[in-house]
Amino acid sequence: MKLNTLAIGLAAAFATMVSAQAAFAAPNEVVIGDIDDLSGTYADVAGAGAVEVMKMAIADFGGTVLGRKIVTLVADHQNKPDIGASKFREWADQNGLNLLLGGSNTGVNIAMAKVAAAKKVPLIVIGAGGASLTNEDCTAYTVHYVYDTTALANGTATTIVQNGGKTWFYLTADYAFGTQLQNAASKVVEANGGKTVGAVRVPLAASDFSSFLLQAQGSGAQVLGLANAGEDLNNSLKAANEFGITKKMKPAALLAFITNIDSLGLQTAQGLYLTTGWYWDLNADTRAFAKRYFEKMKKEPTMDHAGYYSATMTYLKAVKAVGTTDSDKVMAELKKMKINDMFAKGGYIRADGVMIHDMYVMQVKSPQESKYPWDYYKVLKVMSGEEAFGPITGACPLAPK
Amino acid sequence: MTEIFGIPVAVILGQLMLGLVNGSFYAMLSLGLAVIFGLMGIVNFAHGAFYALGAFAALLGLQKFGVNYWAALVLAPLAVGLLGIVVERLFLRRLYRLDPLYGLLMTFGLALVIEGMLHQFFGASGQSYPVPRALEGAINLGFMILPIYRAWVIVVSVAVCFTTWFVIERTRLGGTLRAATENAPLLQAFGVNVPLLVIATYGGGVALAALAGVLSAPVILVTSGMGSSLVIVVFAVVVIGGMGSILGSIVSGLALGVVEGFTKVIYPEASNVVVFVIMALVLIVRPAGLFGKE
Repeated sequence: MKLNTLAIGLAAAFATMVSAQAAFAAPNEVVIGDIDDLSGTYADVAGAGAVEVMKMAIADFGGTVLGRKIVTLVADHQNKPDIGASKFREWADQNGLNLLLGGSNTGVNIAMAKVAAAKKVPLIVIGAGGASLTNEDCTAYTVHYVYDTTALANGTATTIVQNGGKTWFYLTADYAFGTQLQNAASKVVEANGGKTVGAVRVPLAASDFSSFLLQAQGSGAQVLGLANAGEDLNNSLKAANEFGITKKMKPAALLAFITNIDSLGLQTAQGLYLTTGWYWDLNADTRAFAKRYFEKMKKEPTMDHAGYYSATMTYLKAVKAVGTTDSDKVMAELKKMKINDMFAKGGYIRADGVMIHDMYVMQVKSPQESKYPWDYYKVLKVMSGEEAFGPITGACPLAPK
Repeated sequence: MTEIFGIPVAVILGQLMLGLVNGSFYAMLSLGLAVIFGLMGIVNFAHGAFYALGAFAALLGLQKFGVNYWAALVLAPLAVGLLGIVVERLFLRRLYRLDPLYGLLMTFGLALVIEGMLHQFFGASGQSYPVPRALEGAINLGFMILPIYRAWVIVVSVAVCFTTWFVIERTRLGGTLRAATENAPLLQAFGVNVPLLVIATYGGGVALAALAGVLSAPVILVTSGMGSSLVIVVFAVVVIGGMGSILGSIVSGLALGVVEGFTKVIYPEASNVVVFVIMALVLIVRPAGLFGKE
């Protein structure tokens, strides 16, 4: 049939898209890889900017470590776990990969963590949020660097409940990430004396959110918990604003990046509560990094971009300290050292792999409060890493309770 | 409060209204597809990409040239329609004598190219298009607060759909168009410029998609992928209405918007598949679609 021709054509097209820049393994090189969503819905959160900062960090480090040249590999996982895992395996087997930086998408990173354990190559997860990466899916080679669903819920939900937002209605993306986010938040809400009034499971990439928002409004809840991300978050906030719902309910984004706020504009996003691992306008150090980034990318960096820079530096410092790229020795050093740079102050990597560092509870400014471009957040609260990421749960065998 | 099947009447009326708004977009998009398929036999997979182009044309016009919403409502469909004509002249006209699959592949590839370019130039995150000043605010209908802009969408859509239907089904020009699909060589022999008709048809269909794009820009975020998620649903709408049936695409567009709206209340998880379930049922009972001839 002719449909077969179509299928073969499509398969061939996909195959060519998967192929990435390859390099040959050389013993006198240190190889750092980045597997991320470079073309899909999360491409602006990390994406090309993350590749840029990774190279920036390597250049700042001097381009070499232990007398070996530092080279990079980059691939697009297209939000498909199998592509991420097989690319990681290929690099580990054929290109002498020493470190992998994991970009957005929890599902892809869980698949890659399994490869990290099998190939004994460190994986520093930057862009993904799922806390399971350091719980049931943890490995001895995984580090979770920037944020996780636990910290997001602890930050945003605790702050809102303590400020009187007791009753919550959730708009939840109908897949694993959305339900994990909602569960994490509702646990925190209930622990602080709040209550879940209702939730609606919204199919991923719905074209219109107004129906669901009217249901949220009908529930009479004080807080609109948005357990979704990316474009879905943007479109639900836009509609909530249009229907005047944000005037009656406090909107709480359980995962928002500064790119979301930039897309929406302050007029629509104002008043939104969110938690972030980093913000470009916190202090002189963050602003200095942001300035360098802006010159290259013409945008301010997200928390993921800062995380890519910091993680690359931290790894290279650890390699330098132990004098080898041996994964076990580097991992031991990583879990021993203190991380002090523009991303984290006094950060450290816990036995289960979580990088413990301050998290920031933010509220989006109104257009009147914003004084210059990208002046989007006011800091409501700085949470210590211990408070944000919570105690060790015991779900990871490496870190008993 | 009065209830029907345990759902308050106010909620039912509210969802009916929102369903009509979404149905308006379905109707306008499926109308363009139906016109192009009915008169040219081309399955225009690039329709979603032209819809996105319409929205981006409005956005660019506003940001770079200060073209306001009202002007964009006219200019963006014109510009995208012209682009459609170029596409028709360069590519599609070579495919008329071939199997429809070639047209489908051609337009599918075109959609990938257009969306890839938008993604490259504008990034993945999307941008906001403000609601025009005159249509800001909301009206209280008693059972719900309806943003004025959404009411405007329904008005425009109904007007555009009716006009298109009237032109094709009730005017001499429409008669000529329909004659061209029945027997093009004969019509040509009567001295009618058939290729020109075809060009105008494709340009017009594409302009309809772009108009829907401009209309939707203030409602949802303008992103490169905004059309690709919609076009599949719209194809289902066209199949349900009957491939090529103008009236069928309008009625089923509006009706499916409403059905989808109710699904969002009764069983939200199924709201993105309900249209396809209906499509399957219609294909079993009436393979030519609800309004299809045969």
